[in-house]
Amino acid sequence: MARSTGKDAQALFHSLRSAYAATPTTLKIIDLYVGFAVFTALIQVVYMAIVGSFPFNSFLSGVLSCVGTAVLAVCLRIQVNKDNKEFKDLPPERAFADFVLCNLVLHLVIMNFLG
Amino acid sequence: MVGKTESQNGAVKATAAPAMNLESDLFSNFSFKSFKLKTKQQELLLRVSILGLVYILAFITRLFSVLRYESMIHEFDPYFNYRTTLFLTEKGFYEFWNWFDSESWYPLGRIIGGTLYPGLMVTAAFIYWTLRFLRFAVHIREVCVLTAPFFASNTTVVAYFFGKEIWDSGAGLVAAAFIAICPGYISRSVAGSYDNEGVAIFALLLTFYLFVKAVNTGSLAWALASAFGYFYMVSAWGGYVFIINLIPLYVLVLLITGRYSMRLYVAYNCMYVLGMLLAMQIRFVGFQHVQSGEHMAAMGVFFLMQVFYFLDWVKYMLSDTKLFQAFLRITVTSAIAVGALALGVGTASGYISPWTGRFYSLLDPTYAKDNIPIIASVSEHQPTAWSSFMFDFHILLFLFPAGLYFCFKKLSDATIFIVMYGLTSMYFAGVMVRLILVATPAVCLISAIAVSATIKNLTSLLRTKSKTAVAGSSKGTGGSKASSKASFDQSQPFQKNGAIALLLGAFYLLSKYATHCTWVTSEAYSSPSIVLAARGAHGNRVIFDDYREAYFWLRQNTPPDAKVMSWWDYGYQITAMGNRTVIVDNNTWNNTHIATVGRAMSSYEDEAYEIMRSLDVDYVLVVFGGVTGYSSDDINKFLWMVRIGGGVFPVIKEPDYLVNGDYRVDKGAAPKMLNCL
Repeated sequence: MARSTGKDAQALFHSLRSAYAATPTTLKIIDLYVGFAVFTALIQVVYMAIVGSFPFNSFLSGVLSCVGTAVLAVCLRIQVNKDNKEFKDLPPERAFADFVLCNLVLHLVIMNFLG
Repeated sequence: MVGKTESQNGAVKATAAPAMNLESDLFSNFSFKSFKLKTKQQELLLRVSILGLVYILAFITRLFSVLRYESMIHEFDPYFNYRTTLFLTEKGFYEFWNWFDSESWYPLGRIIGGTLYPGLMVTAAFIYWTLRFLRFAVHIREVCVLTAPFFASNTTVVAYFFGKEIWDSGAGLVAAAFIAICPGYISRSVAGSYDNEGVAIFALLLTFYLFVKAVNTGSLAWALASAFGYFYMVSAWGGYVFIINLIPLYVLVLLITGRYSMRLYVAYNCMYVLGMLLAMQIRFVGFQHVQSGEHMAAMGVFFLMQVFYFLDWVKYMLSDTKLFQAFLRITVTSAIAVGALALGVGTASGYISPWTGRFYSLLDPTYAKDNIPIIASVSEHQPTAWSSFMFDFHILLFLFPAGLYFCFKKLSDATIFIVMYGLTSMYFAGVMVRLILVATPAVCLISAIAVSATIKNLTSLLRTKSKTAVAGSSKGTGGSKASSKASFDQSQPFQKNGAIALLLGAFYLLSKYATHCTWVTSEAYSSPSIVLAARGAHGNRVIFDDYREAYFWLRQNTPPDAKVMSWWDYGYQITAMGNRTVIVDNNTWNNTHIATVGRAMSSYEDEAYEIMRSLDVDYVLVVFGGVTGYSSDDINKFLWMVRIGGGVFPVIKEPDYLVNGDYRVDKGAAPKMLNCL
């Protein structure tokens, strides 16, 4: 039983890896950015667990800025990906401009909330 | 449609007379082109003028009380808003944001900066500063009085765009017209009713419109706009909880019915994260978006969406379905386990606070009556009777199911949203009278869809007859076609007459609606509660300005640091117009303090004197309506004082004041009632 699930997991992993290698480089860069943002958020949560959450607004603003920019990057990836039929009329410059605008608003609010 | 017949006529003319020179052919083509342009321009002109008239109508129909009495602030709550706006315009934004008021809730004071929704005050102050900048010398009171009608007009414009987004521009126009005069909305937005709802309904509809637009287009810019709309709503009214629960519910319904798409992901995520962050800037809301049970649905759906779309992405990348099934099983079980664990731990440890009384009583209507008498005592929080529905909605009430039928016939992301908004808001409107206001935009929009679709069908029936007749005569084709058209023409007269009759009926109903709304506005919703009118002995009209005279007496004849004790209804008015410190006011944030006042009012005079000495009271204000026949005075409210006081101090027992279970105030009243304060 364990061996079959182990083999399943390995096969899963291999096929995922091979499928992912086929994605274009631009999308991989965005994925890297998303991974970095989520990783930073995790570090902050661990730090909060160790040290305590006293200035709660600072903790929230830190975590939410990471999560927010990760989510916005995923939205950008969706809009720029050529395989998505719904967004084929959207020029990638417009998608990127929206991304920058939303990030600007996000970070302005974060700076106000940081305290 | 008419353009096409013109083109056919032009073509026929050109072919039937080959001897005609080219100029006539060009002329007919030219007239065809200019006619088409004119139709489009005509349509645009018609739409703009209708919208302009509806805008003006929405404003002027709310001005009854200004014309009859004078331009003043009505009711109780608006006086507090007026006082804070005055403070804001005089002292500036920083002072306002950090204001600690020691004039209300006497020994305790109130942190006004942190316990109010600043949207309304900031909006009015902004309009005031803009007008001042343009060198209009207006007084802040005029701006405050007219803020609500101005925003009602803006709501009609938003309703037009929303209707256009859901159905088409015809429905948008009808929706704008409906919402301009609907009594359910007018009741809280007449001139002088300077309360949060006047601005909040505009913000609510704006947020919903921008969100639906974002889901339809999938653009980050629209989602950002809807986040700003949500921020405005949070700053304006506590009812924003409705938005933050309806939108996740809508997303959930779309996910379940399989209508999810990438646009939904973009729209909801951007709006949720940015909206949540912006909302936490309001001090009164604070960290509730991550800590309160009422907001957890949004967070739950957020995480669910991440899992859902991640699985979708993995499925797209994997070509082998068996592996995907295994992966799916593992991920889903682990995600559900983690989510349930987090929710359980949070709720059990008390970190995630449970639903507060105000909103819990919406789900369980009997909760407030048993446990929280203050919430149960407010007349606006009672369940709604059918007569209130009919009074506030009139024909919209039966157009609402018709509109639902049309929405279900043409299901799209936008119509699903409006159906959900309509159904949930109607349920809540049934639980609490005050929430008819929230249901009004949904009912207007859905009824507009019904009206617009019906009238469109009827008029197209009328037009088909004329079109087939003209086409039949100008084409002159083979006999079979002519005979079928002839049989078709025979049934046409009945259909055409039926259509005309139905159209006339529809116009009659709509005109009745307009009359009813105007009558309701004039009779029921335009009285400032602070000035009363009655008929004298000879039928002449007598105006009672007793409230304001009393407050000005307080202002002019008492020392500036005098403290006034009264029941909490009058607190805001006393501080705003009398400019004296009060013990309790309409904010009702401290139940024990109010119960102390209630106890003082209902104890024997010597006990009451002790309580009042401990609170440093100098004056007691009591409203008595026996001389003029005014029925909502303090004697009427006395039992509530007893109940609220008894809720905290068991010394006060309600049966002491009743005679055989009846409440009597004449000589035969209970002895405790006769001897108390």
